[in-house]
Amino acid sequence: MTCKSGFVYSPDVVNYKFQEEHPFNQTRVVMTKDLLDKAGTLSNEQIITPRYATDEEIQLVHSRKYVDTVKKAGEGKLTEEECLEFGIGTEDTPIFTNMHEASSLLVGSTLAAIDAVLDGDYDHALNLGGGLHHGFERKASGFCIYNDGAVGIRYIREQYGYRVLYVDTDAHHGDGVQWAFYDDPGVCTFSIHETGRYLFPGTGNVNERGLKEGYGYSFNLPIDAFTEDESFLELYESAFTEIVNYFQPDVIVTQNGADAHFLDPLTHLCGTMNIFEKIPLLAHQLAHEKCEGKWIALGGGGYDIWRVVPRAWAQIWKIMLGEQPFKGKLPEDWRNHWQPKSPVTLPSTWHDVANSYKAIPRKQEITEKNAKVLESCMQLIYNQKNMPSQKSGH
Amino acid sequence: MLIEEMMRTDIIKLKADDSIENALKLLNDYHIRHIPIVDDDNKVVGIVSDRDVRDASPSIFDRQSGANALKNDIQSIMSSPVITVHPLDFVEEVAAIFYDNEIACVPVTRENKLIGMITEKDLLYTLIQLTGTHEQGSQIEIKVIDRPGILPEVTQIFGKRKMNINSVLIYPYKPDKKFKILVFRIQTMNPKPTITDLQSAGYEVLWPNLPGMSL
Repeated sequence: MTCKSGFVYSPDVVNYKFQEEHPFNQTRVVMTKDLLDKAGTLSNEQIITPRYATDEEIQLVHSRKYVDTVKKAGEGKLTEEECLEFGIGTEDTPIFTNMHEASSLLVGSTLAAIDAVLDGDYDHALNLGGGLHHGFERKASGFCIYNDGAVGIRYIREQYGYRVLYVDTDAHHGDGVQWAFYDDPGVCTFSIHETGRYLFPGTGNVNERGLKEGYGYSFNLPIDAFTEDESFLELYESAFTEIVNYFQPDVIVTQNGADAHFLDPLTHLCGTMNIFEKIPLLAHQLAHEKCEGKWIALGGGGYDIWRVVPRAWAQIWKIMLGEQPFKGKLPEDWRNHWQPKSPVTLPSTWHDVANSYKAIPRKQEITEKNAKVLESCMQLIYNQKNMPSQKSGH
Repeated sequence: MLIEEMMRTDIIKLKADDSIENALKLLNDYHIRHIPIVDDDNKVVGIVSDRDVRDASPSIFDRQSGANALKNDIQSIMSSPVITVHPLDFVEEVAAIFYDNEIACVPVTRENKLIGMITEKDLLYTLIQLTGTHEQGSQIEIKVIDRPGILPEVTQIFGKRKMNINSVLIYPYKPDKKFKILVFRIQTMNPKPTITDLQSAGYEVLWPNLPGMSL
């Protein structure tokens, strides 16, 4: 199968930059594009040049006051004290010059990806600069200023009226998007993430199922620290398939954070490259089976920008083309170009070598616990399936 | 936290001569499990739980002949005297009352008049607030020697990084009483620099705290 896919890209994506030492670094998008260029899988015709989102579009999710604050902060017109109420000027989301413009480009990029698929003749589209799922209506948090995913989904609802399934595989809970659509039955959110017991933001429990009309349209799989490929994929694949059948979406939006890898410095999951090819493979397959192919993929977290993110994100694009995942050696010229800039040795192959991390002592228990989480998360769907007579009796 | 900050003030209550049937209806309509019984001066004279009412209700196998039971006065089944608390009592005191008396609800009175109700659920809600888990944050656990001054020493490390603290809890360290475990929830997605600071200051950071794990 060959699919027509669009790669949203502007070199200005790197303007979204907090500080030199800040873990969120959009150079990873440039590195991924370069990797795809050098692997010969990305042509100029496939590039979609994004636009800046308008204030009206950003205000589909964010309050006017918040947008004004971001603007003023980026022009150096506010003190940190004045911004703190909005989560700006913190260690996580410090003020930087022109932060409004940089953030609205990321939102515009997600909107461009959506239009390409829903209004254009693209099957799928990818915006690796987006997926900033922690942004709230009037608060920046977790490295996110504007929540491009949430704006995009509301844009889809208003422009196209489609039922949207949002699937978030970032190691952190996709809280901003979940809360934005918590009472909306037209949007189903599904997030698989490391349990919030220790990890930011702390939410994403199984019992967060939605509110009022939106009850039953929010799914969470909080998995244990040190979860490995097998258990991660068992939960992801089983839940995603069930949820698609249950919700019957018209379009799928995925957030593809690449921080569930064992090398990621901010999280404690133990995924390898294997999960980063299986995640988009299933999204691609289900989009074709259930949504006439309509699939928009976004980036997200990912803090080992040298060894993990470019490889993981390049696979999304490869799979989006309807091709098999990359295998074997990474392009030599890509390694030669980036190695001098990297503080660590870059990998030489697309996959991780076997036994690259210490064996996890409590693997069996973790697997068992995760299976229970899956069971309790899916209970709502099982109940509806297995008791049709009782359901109609009400 | 004070009881007056956590109590419910929209109280569903009954008089001693109201019928059990009435109580049953209120329990069902308002999804509550306890009803305080007051006199004409709004003084608490008793309390009934959903179990008291259920015990007094006819069996589902015996609905017809037993229906008269529900016509009895509520005072025939209410518990009395009633344990009450004051609006200026602390959440910890109410927790101890619930635990010691094996009950799940107490009326709040001021000058002998009913002004609020506190249930197990309100208590748990307050506990969630105290742990800070309802706010975005990362959790850090630190093992420290149990001595005066240790807490400000640790918290100044957070302060230097402008790291806002959502909550602080102190647990006993079971294997050795000389130590305590400090649990902080801090408002950041990137606790790494703070953890490094803590470690270089000589603190033992237990995180994530999984026994048998040394990654």
